[in-house]
Amino acid sequence: MEKKEKKKRHSSNNETRPVEGQPARPGQGAEVLSRRELLRRAGMLGGAAALPVSIARAAPRKVPVQEPFETLTATESDTLEAIVSRLIPTDENGPGAAEARAAHYIDHALTGPLSVSRDAYSSGLEAVDRYAETSRGIRFAELPTEEQDSLLTEMENGTATGFSPDSATFFNLVRAHTIEGTFCDPYYGGNANFVGWDLIGYPGVRTSVTEEEQDIDADLEPNRMSAYDYPMFTKGGA
Amino acid sequence: MPIDLEPTDVVLVGVGAVGGVAALPLTSAGLDVIGLEAGNWLTARDFAPDELRNNVRGWPQSVQKANREVPTHRRSEGAPYSPRPSVHPMMNAVGGTSLHYWGQSWRLNPWDFRVVSETARRYGAGRIPAGSTVEDWPFGLEELEPYYDAVEYEVGISGQAGNINGTIDERGNIFEGPRQREYPMPPLRGSGFTELMSDAARGLGWHPFPGPAAIASQTYDGRPGCVYHGFCSRGGCHVNAKSSTAVSTIPKAMDTGRFSVVTRARVSRIEVDNDRRVRGVTYFKDGEEYFQPADAVLLASYVYENVRMLLLSKSAAYPEGLSNNHGQVGRHYFTHNHRGWVTALFPFDLNNWYGAAAQGVAVDDWADDNFDHAGLDFIGGGNLWVYTERRPINAAGMNTFGRAPRWGSEWKSFIRENADRWTGSYLQKTTLPYEDNYLDLDPNVTDPYGDPVCRITADFKENEIRLTEFAQDRMVEWFTAAGAIETIRNDIETMGPATHAYGGTRMGRDPDTNVVDEWGFSHEAPNLGILGGSVMGTSGARNPTLTAQALAWRTAAHLAGNWSTIAG
Repeated sequence: MEKKEKKKRHSSNNETRPVEGQPARPGQGAEVLSRRELLRRAGMLGGAAALPVSIARAAPRKVPVQEPFETLTATESDTLEAIVSRLIPTDENGPGAAEARAAHYIDHALTGPLSVSRDAYSSGLEAVDRYAETSRGIRFAELPTEEQDSLLTEMENGTATGFSPDSATFFNLVRAHTIEGTFCDPYYGGNANFVGWDLIGYPGVRTSVTEEEQDIDADLEPNRMSAYDYPMFTKGGA
Repeated sequence: MPIDLEPTDVVLVGVGAVGGVAALPLTSAGLDVIGLEAGNWLTARDFAPDELRNNVRGWPQSVQKANREVPTHRRSEGAPYSPRPSVHPMMNAVGGTSLHYWGQSWRLNPWDFRVVSETARRYGAGRIPAGSTVEDWPFGLEELEPYYDAVEYEVGISGQAGNINGTIDERGNIFEGPRQREYPMPPLRGSGFTELMSDAARGLGWHPFPGPAAIASQTYDGRPGCVYHGFCSRGGCHVNAKSSTAVSTIPKAMDTGRFSVVTRARVSRIEVDNDRRVRGVTYFKDGEEYFQPADAVLLASYVYENVRMLLLSKSAAYPEGLSNNHGQVGRHYFTHNHRGWVTALFPFDLNNWYGAAAQGVAVDDWADDNFDHAGLDFIGGGNLWVYTERRPINAAGMNTFGRAPRWGSEWKSFIRENADRWTGSYLQKTTLPYEDNYLDLDPNVTDPYGDPVCRITADFKENEIRLTEFAQDRMVEWFTAAGAIETIRNDIETMGPATHAYGGTRMGRDPDTNVVDEWGFSHEAPNLGILGGSVMGTSGARNPTLTAQALAWRTAAHLAGNWSTIAG
């Protein structure tokens, strides 16, 4: 059997997505979409699809600097943005947690489903900055990236001091939520513009998949659909 | 004082995978049945393909009852408590966890009913592990076969038979016991990945086959076939192809006009009369307390709540809990030894994004007593299962196989390359009951209504640990034959709250070691029947639901057929 040695990569686009708490956009029917319609919605007709991957990736969407947070304080959000940006960095492999808006995902979730972790973020983010100042002289967000990475490694190993119960616990909490915020359904405010799903080659939420589409060599185009772009689904719980 | 309701023939405590089945033979026989369900109705529109909601945050429970009574766990008496999960493994809703389970719907193999006698016959009685309380079932597979058949056809199971009346068909499981006819539907289709694994298994001389699933593979009973969209695990079905009881036996029972489902009904106690018979149940709904009289009660919650409900229902006749005058309620508990998976990394994309966890390929060559244990230091075995359905958060959270750190650019590059190149496996392995593994009421932790939650005191023993190593060796062999370049053996873990829990109200003829008789009725309270995995005394090497459903049908049919004797 011929094996693909490298999966095809897909570019991001700049389409805005529905977010939690807002109604789905009208006109996003659950009808069977033609391939052309899928490509159109994906912004891939008219030449974009032909762009080399490296060029298509080169212009990730910038997150507005002044975009407000819902529950995190200014200092907390600075530190959290800096952490998630090192956990999943923007680099030669394309957009990362910053473009995915993982910190905004976490901020919003802390007002609801993750509210049980709100205090852990207050105390943990403060401990990060306190440890950055005592060990390196300045707040985490102002450190050079190499120093941020070495500090995060100390947190991961549980050797950074001043955390309750320990730095590894807080590191693992933020890591798990950063992965959620980068790879979740964009409905929740993360994985903006599908940058997370594009990174790992996930072709997107579908409501039906054919036998051919499950072939080991099938190469599916990303459909850039949120579950809640399909109007049949309601949101309830969690 | 509770509000007294009109009497009914039978009250079901729980309308899930087993209560939802039992309702059909009861009402078909002309009995009036009221089903008390803690949850609400959920429908196709509730079942969005949303990994964060379903898999990360633990499903939109229609009510929070189960999550408020998550059992506590310790490995042994005196051991520290394990961390208590915030989400219960099962859910409350009409149809229960059959709404969002994987749907693997196995019959047990013949050996599973005869572990003690078959082990003694083949290897000597000394091979039963020390401390195990395992018994032969009071009957063999042949007694349960007609009920398996009824459930397969009424619920809607797809699969490939391997043994029809003794004629072996190598497309199916050649190790299964005789069945009277084919499944009502062909098996779910394969995928590129499952074909890769099937070819590898055949190359090893093994006998791979597609597993049975409570998922329609084609139109059945007016429901469409599976659409393989990849959100089946902990996700309900948006086209109703999954054969939950909510779309199969429950509506059929309601069509008789004799089945009423009361939703958001939280049962608090089973009540007893002066003759040690049960007389009905007390429940709360929307702030009001009710008493529902019934001539017979079928307790059809999950293992933990079945046991807790009995232990909470104390009375003069049953001072240590209902049906517990022999001290057997909570004994012989175990969870399936179904952790200890093997994870593999391949050097090519598997395109495993879609499908369903029940779309897979099984190998039964190393299950039960399907191979010679003479030179081995354990009894039993494991069913090996690989499957489709990959979701993005889970994919990105993959194990890095020691090849990359857990974050940063190097990690990002690794998951970019490998998110679709790894897979897990599901190794379900024989688990035995032991004298020091049990359930009781927690002395310190209560639910919001002040009742103690269930406490688990249990851990795996040497037989389970040795068997896990053996099954993992076979799984590594299989993955390697299919081209995997790395494998990881995951930890066996322990017996905390689980989706495959067994025992606590075990079935058997001896009231000194069992709570219910061979028909599923209490040895002490004759008009109390108990349904679910709590009556099962062995696990087999496969998912319990179909067996629990077949037993539920059998208990219900027995009640209907002996109504005046049992309920009179």
